[in-house]
Amino acid sequence: MALRESAPAHRKIAMRNEIILSQRFEIRGGDFSNAGKASTSIKEILQEIGIDSSIIIRASIASYEAEMNVVMYAQRGSLTLNITPEILHFKVEDDGPGIENIELAMQEGFSTATDKMREMGFGAGMGLPNIKKNADVFEISSKPGKGTSLDIIISLNETK
Amino acid sequence: MPKRRTATTTMTLREIKELLQAEIITGDDRLDEEITAAGASDLMSDVLAFGKPGILLLTGLSHSQSVRTASIIEAKAIIYVRGKKPDKVGAELAREKRIPVLTTRLMMYTACGLLFSHGLKGISPGP
Repeated sequence: MALRESAPAHRKIAMRNEIILSQRFEIRGGDFSNAGKASTSIKEILQEIGIDSSIIIRASIASYEAEMNVVMYAQRGSLTLNITPEILHFKVEDDGPGIENIELAMQEGFSTATDKMREMGFGAGMGLPNIKKNADVFEISSKPGKGTSLDIIISLNETK
Repeated sequence: MPKRRTATTTMTLREIKELLQAEIITGDDRLDEEITAAGASDLMSDVLAFGKPGILLLTGLSHSQSVRTASIIEAKAIIYVRGKKPDKVGAELAREKRIPVLTTRLMMYTACGLLFSHGLKGISPGP
């Protein structure tokens, strides 16, 4: 099942522009003390290359929420950031249990979190909606039993 | 008639420390930082959804993800309530990211009430 939240034009932009920086991070599921490290590194990269601070915060929040989902639900996954002159494109993939009903998972407050996740202050059912809120384009696809894939695009030229 | 407050009240971390009888865990060189707004939650999901850059974060969540979250939203400082302290990983991260961390024995409600009654504003929901 796939839910598209995108304007097709953005995908064309993504394909037209060359990638000026690409960085891939492996994420280990269940590694709660390192959870968030990839997003912290990404934030540092974006600060170094001089991205606008309001875009950095949106990108960091979306990336961190996505990274936490992988740590909390999957055995392993990856987060890849591709930067073009126009956009930041985060691709987040995991081998987790997948999402049965994406529309339900997108509702604020819906959560399947365990006590362990709640001890970290997560699992309020705000993660996916918050990623969508901070993204210009958000696509999620998932196969139960196989995993979940997210595409998060943030435009560098518009302010949301 | 009491004079109506128009300007946003700013408090330094030092003033906040005194008011809440807080102890410093890290960042004693940054007590002159000025705070103009605060937000409080034990739920990091909500801090990520509603937090604003530059706020003082009040929380009772000692897990290192509280510091990670503060760093992501660019909170200016963290105050742990109910006598909580960040775990080892969190304290290390706060030092690395230069985020001042304090702890008070006050309950969340009392700590927030004291700050609010001294004019420190909250954050409004929405963009």
